[in-house]
This record gives sequence, structure tokens and C-alpha cells, in this order.
Amino acid sequence: MLTTFIPLGVTLVAAPLVPGLINKTKAAFAGRQGPPLFQLYFDLLKLLNKGAVYSRVTTWIFRAGPIVSLASVIVAALFVPVAGTASLSFSGDIIAFAYLLGLGRFFTVLAALDTGSSFEGMGASREVTFAMFAEPTLFIIFVILARVTGSLSLSSMLTQAPLVGTPSMAGLLALVVFSLFIVCLAENSRIPVDDPATHLELTMIHEVMVLDHGGPDLAFILYGASIKLFVMVAMLAHLVFPMPDGSPVQSGLVFGSLMALITIVIGIVESAMARLRMVRVPRLLMAACMIACFGMIISLR
Amino acid sequence: MEHVTQLLLILVILANLFVLGSHPLGACIRAVAFQGIALGLLPLSLHPEERSIHLFVIALGMVGLKGFVIPGLLFRAIRDAAIRKEQEPLIGFNTGLFLGAILVGLGFGIAGKLPLPPHTGSSMVVPVALSTVMMGLLVIVTRAKILSQALGYLILENGIYTFGLILAAGLPGLIEMGVLLDIFAGIFIMGTVIEHIHREFGSISAHKLVNLRE
Repeated sequence: MLTTFIPLGVTLVAAPLVPGLINKTKAAFAGRQGPPLFQLYFDLLKLLNKGAVYSRVTTWIFRAGPIVSLASVIVAALFVPVAGTASLSFSGDIIAFAYLLGLGRFFTVLAALDTGSSFEGMGASREVTFAMFAEPTLFIIFVILARVTGSLSLSSMLTQAPLVGTPSMAGLLALVVFSLFIVCLAENSRIPVDDPATHLELTMIHEVMVLDHGGPDLAFILYGASIKLFVMVAMLAHLVFPMPDGSPVQSGLVFGSLMALITIVIGIVESAMARLRMVRVPRLLMAACMIACFGMIISLR
Repeated sequence: MEHVTQLLLILVILANLFVLGSHPLGACIRAVAFQGIALGLLPLSLHPEERSIHLFVIALGMVGLKGFVIPGLLFRAIRDAAIRKEQEPLIGFNTGLFLGAILVGLGFGIAGKLPLPPHTGSSMVVPVALSTVMMGLLVIVTRAKILSQALGYLILENGIYTFGLILAAGLPGLIEMGVLLDIFAGIFIMGTVIEHIHREFGSISAHKLVNLRE
């Protein structure tokens, strides 16, 4: 019984490492030493020991926001395989997965609107606008994977897709991985879409919505964001390379190195690219969506 | 070789989508050059059992001409006419991308209904050819600048070439050479014409070319 929850446990423990590794990569590109790999753990501990300050205009929605979004991301993480096995999987859990992520976003947006600050309202509007482009792409990717593997559960779709041996599979997987990578960058507000390092700037999206949260609430939000990033990178890792059938140690090693590799690629993308102009972002997401559509057309034949 | 063929055809479609959805003219020219190279390599992967000197010559001519010579001519036209390196599409880029995806779907749909000879190499050649032709037309229709229209013409021609690839092994080399020469001459003349139009009118927007005069 306990072994079922090992994948979830790994996700919960290792998630803060992913942003740490991205920051290390970016620092290496900039020629700095950068913050330590475990910086996010220290930050979370520090924030959890602080008290929270709440504005008088906010209601219970503002306090519920971080808790609901963290909880929904953790439940969504149940369905994502770690090194080939997921804690929980049933036919059709892709819909649950996508809408749990959506629920988390919905409550973050509500909490941002609840503060009554026009600045946060702007961020909320942007977040929802870009999600509108990212979510169909995610679903089209799911349709492709369901079509080629004949399965409707996230973990078996992700683990079986690289093993399908039809000739069009290599190109199709490349299309899927590319569009999922862009969705991953957009969903986690990484660089070509949003800059996680900027504060108090008029162009930011995700960071602006959480400006009024402090203390434990901010810790929940940061932790939830790192789990979401871990989950998306884990999905990519399973698609890029099939997990070996051998011992858990072997597949764990393969999984770990794939995770590190993809995380470093994200770091390189962030170091090499500038944030896109706000009006260009929908076009990037639209392109990812069209590429996924093209993949779907190929897979449906 | 089936893998390589599929990958090359996917790259061809991606180049089309890139041209439909991207802003700078230079990047679009490079994308079309890239498409030309991918198409040049296609006969080698499509007919692996009959790799003759004839096929290699076609591939080499195609890669050289469409990958390097024609883009070079277009870049020279940009430089000589000092064209602003931005396009002015009549419809937005997002709409263009969306229409492009619909055309890809349409190409695949029509190809399934065509009465084709049973052996056509890879199953994706015909749909990719059809949708490339349609996307080339879309570029010609929706772009105001003559240079962008030339790019659309090139994409259109690439689509027709892809269609012809089904029969490539049976095609005499002389006809192949003739077609390549035609395109070369076409682009060459277009480049010169662009320069003249630019000198005469101070602009290469097709909107200003509305009435004929002696």
C-alpha cells in the first residue's frame, strides 16, 4: 500500500530542486555562482515560520486561494508517472489532470481579483488569456497520445507512447514534445512567455498575481509552482525516452538524469532568449497549438 | 527510410506554418530555403531501392538551387531595394496560422479521396504536396509585398515538385533540369523587376500597382 505513494513522495520531495537547477544553469550562463541548489527549500522554511498579513478588503477567497491551488496541484501530481509508475491512474484521468491544473489556476486568479488591486486584476486577465491558448494545446496533445497508445490514462499514455513502432511515430513524437515544451514554458510562466525573475514590472503575468500573499501563503504558492513545473518536466521526460523495464534503481537513474537534462534545457532557453513582447505571446502559443493540430491530423490517419 | 521521409515531410509543413506565422522577411526566406533543402533530400529517402546518378543529380541541383542560389537572389533583392524587413499581411498572423492548419487538414482530407496509383512511396507525400500548394497560394493572396508574394510562389512550386516526386524515378533528367531552370529564371526576373519597381515607385507594395500605363 505504501509503495503506491512512492512516486507522489518523490514528486513532493524533489520538486523544489527543479527551479534550483534552472537558476543554477542561468547563473552559469551569466558567469555567476548563483544561489545554492537547495535555495527554494530554505525559502520555504523561512516563509513557513513567518506570519501572514491580510488586507482588510480581502475575504476568505484570498485565504483559500493558495491552499486550494496547492492541494489541486498535489492531487494532479498523483496521476503523473515518476520513473514509469504513477501513484494513481484510471481510464480518463487526463481530464481530471487537466482540470485540476485549471482549478488551481482558477483559485489563484480569484485570490488575485479578491485583493481589489487593479495591478493584480491585470495579471489575472493575462494569465487567463494565455491559459486559453495553452489548454487546447494540452488537450490536442492528449488526443494524439490517446490515439497512438489506445489508452486514456495519463501514466500509460506517457510510458507507452515512445514504444509505439510505427514509422510516423518519430516525427509525431517530435511534434508532441515540441508543443508540450512550449505549453510547459507557458503554464509555468518561464521565459519566452513570462519572466519569473522580475517583480513590480508592468509586463509580468504570474508574479503579479501573488504580490499580496505573504508568509505561509507565499510558501504554498511557491511550492505549488515548483510541483507543477516538476510534473510538466516529468511528462516531457517520459515522452523523450522510454523508461527501462529493469529494477527501480535503474529506471530511477534514467528518470533522474532525463529530468536534469530537460531542466537544464529550460535553463538554457531562458538564458539564450529574451521575454517575448506581450502581443507576440499568443502567436507563440497559437503556433504550438497548430503544430499539435498537425500532429493530430497525422495521428488520425 | 520511411522514418526519414516522414520527418522531412513534417519539416516541409512546419516551414510552411513558419512562413505563415512569422514576422521578419529574412527569417521567412531562410525557412523557404530550409524547405528547399528538405525537399532536395526527399527523393533520396523516397526511392531508396533505385538510387541512381540521376536521382543524386536531381537532389544536388534542388538543394543547391532552392537552398542557396534562390535565397541568395532574394536577399540581394532586399539589400538592393533597401526593403524594410517587415511584412504587411492583409490578415493577421494568427489568422494566417489558423487558416494554414485548416489547409493542412483539407490537404490530408482531399488526398484520402483521390484516385491515385497504388504505389506512391510514402503515404504522406500527396497530402503534404496538396497542402503545400494551398499554403503557397494563401501566402500569395494574403501578402502585400511583392517579395513575400515571390516567397509564396516558391512554396507553391515546392508543393508541385513534391507531387512530381512520386514519379521522380521515371522522369527524364532533362525535364527536371528544364523545370529547375524555369524557377531560377522566374526568381531572377522577379528580383530584377522588384528592383525596377522599387526605383520607379519608391515602394514594392502591391497595393500601389493598380493601373496600367504606357
